[in-house]
Amino acid sequence: MSAVAQALLQVEDLKVHFPVGGGLFRPRALVRAVDGVSFSVRRGTTFGIVGESGSGKTTTALAVMRLVELTSGRILLGDQDIGALEGEALRKVRRRFQMVFQDPYASLNPRKRAGDAIREALDLMDVGDPAGRPQRARELFLQTGLRPEQLMLFPHQFSGGQRQRIVLARALAANPDLVVCDEPVSALDVAIQAQMLNLMQRLQKDFGLTYLFISHDLGVVRHMCDDIAVMYLGRIVEQANRESLFERPLHPYTLALWSAAPSFDPRARGRGRRIRLQGDPPSPINVPPGCRFAGRCPFADARCHSEEPQLREVLAGHRVACHRVDDAGNALYPLEPAG
Amino acid sequence: MSADVRADGPAREAAGVATRASAANGGPLLDVRDLCVEFQTRKGVARVLEGVSFALGPGETLGLVGESGCGKSMTALAIMRLIPDPPGRITSGEVVFDGQDLLKLDDATMRDVRGNRVSMIFQEPMTSLNPVFTVGEQIAEAVRLHQRLERRAAHERAVEMLEAVGIPAARRRVDEYPHQFSGGMRQRVMIAMALACNPGVLIADEPTTALDVTVQAQIFDLISDLRDRTGASVVLITHDMGAVAEMTDRVAVMYAGRIVEEGSVEEVLEEPLHPYTQGLIACAPGRRTAARGEPLEEIPGTVPSLLERRGGCAFADRCKHVQPRCRELQPAELRIAGGRRRVVCWLFADGGAR
Repeated sequence: MSAVAQALLQVEDLKVHFPVGGGLFRPRALVRAVDGVSFSVRRGTTFGIVGESGSGKTTTALAVMRLVELTSGRILLGDQDIGALEGEALRKVRRRFQMVFQDPYASLNPRKRAGDAIREALDLMDVGDPAGRPQRARELFLQTGLRPEQLMLFPHQFSGGQRQRIVLARALAANPDLVVCDEPVSALDVAIQAQMLNLMQRLQKDFGLTYLFISHDLGVVRHMCDDIAVMYLGRIVEQANRESLFERPLHPYTLALWSAAPSFDPRARGRGRRIRLQGDPPSPINVPPGCRFAGRCPFADARCHSEEPQLREVLAGHRVACHRVDDAGNALYPLEPAG
Repeated sequence: MSADVRADGPAREAAGVATRASAANGGPLLDVRDLCVEFQTRKGVARVLEGVSFALGPGETLGLVGESGCGKSMTALAIMRLIPDPPGRITSGEVVFDGQDLLKLDDATMRDVRGNRVSMIFQEPMTSLNPVFTVGEQIAEAVRLHQRLERRAAHERAVEMLEAVGIPAARRRVDEYPHQFSGGMRQRVMIAMALACNPGVLIADEPTTALDVTVQAQIFDLISDLRDRTGASVVLITHDMGAVAEMTDRVAVMYAGRIVEEGSVEEVLEEPLHPYTQGLIACAPGRRTAARGEPLEEIPGTVPSLLERRGGCAFADRCKHVQPRCRELQPAELRIAGGRRRVVCWLFADGGAR
């Protein structure tokens, strides 16, 4: 029970569906962007969500931030159900959870000075007394590795990496418990990316932050996250702590993702360790019956096409939704796909 | 993938023979020598490329790596003679392809080479395809112009190429428009277009940056597969050391408009010499599971503005091995291993001793 006791964020059976299209003679279709997702994030840790585009990872992040409407499900921050709050009550509690978006160019108002962007966050969240806020903005700038004299500059005068630091400083303005990061470094150059990741880890240590970390970059996730969920077409297909998931991936989709990531060893390339996925992820509009991955899975059998597998714990803390993995965490499929 | 990329008309046969002929004398297929490019800006002259040289053998894949703003894409554009002039200008150097200096060709002859014998895949498949023409028309245009195929044959060639790059139902999809394709499929169309004329050299500028890892793996497999079947040489521009390890034979690392290190992929990744190369490799996250919590190695600061270039090594301000002379004098190039491995750094300039 201790894991539950420490949980800062608990998401239970979250569903986010969007109606699309629909005309005079055409029925409205339903995009099941997130379709029954549950996970919990321990306080002070980083929880990663990985998956291809269209897997629902960003929608999950937006739902946790209450930036899209929930179709159903609960979102608990501490013991408060933030999924049920509305209006002023929701706005008040927002200071406890903040977000960093992917594109540092689109996240800052080009006509507002960097210092004012942070001041505005402090004002809106009503943090501290107004007289102390300029000082607080200076502190935030220093903490995120910027110089106080840069407070007067406009966003275009900063590089991409510096802008992402401003966005992070603004997210930290209200002393949040949870920071939701949606691809925070994927717009940055490699060297700048390392600086940003180091900064995020240092801030986590200093302020006891909890991160919900969305990324498609497996290297970044492996470096940053304590626990990781792999999403496919709106559902979690596998979830475990970092060691277990990277050392012993069980779901064929996780295996395929891992083997798609280029290895850093030029001598190891071209070895038969590959599961190659054909085609693109299917559309979340017409979700196939059975396992959602069955159509691209090299190991799918008849049952996979008819019956949807449930996420179940097969090893300590390691959950997987696959018919071809037994209850003791053994893969029932050959490690080398036929053909 | 059923279509044989080699099956083609007499025009391509001739091009193929010429390429093979130059390969037979053992010389490089593409030889870039001391290429310099300047851009005129309101704030002064930006020296974008300063003496870039490299050679690419037939069938070889060269990785061109570095951060944004180091001149990787500019090198590609200069080879293709696509630098906007003005404000840009190739001030000196040679780009010798198959025995011919491309920089000396007149515009009409260059148009025969570009997209035909040297072609390029760009980073953004969305902006590189024309939204108002079907993908088939766009692929066919290249072969009709360069190979003088008539309409029907060019259309057949387009279908064949779409099959070769693994697009299902190619005969139907050849008549669809770019917006009907996903990102990965669009990049396949770009590759089909670039390879339709069986070029000797394919330049791929960050071909997978906007794509998912699984699709990236498919595109890399496709490029290597087509390279092996057609014998084309590839220049892969990337900032991802994983892609370099996966795809290339040789690596050239660029910094601020210069190549600072070159060698075989094993040499460069396993024993990088230049501090910048070492930094680029060390700062990539997630190579080891155990390393969580340990900070990544950083390269402090950012790429310097090309307008603010002073004397000395451009990397000096970010380098942890910086010595006084680094800020004053541009280091000389040290060539080792018969000249195919080289590094431009004062740490090695005195005969290789650190």
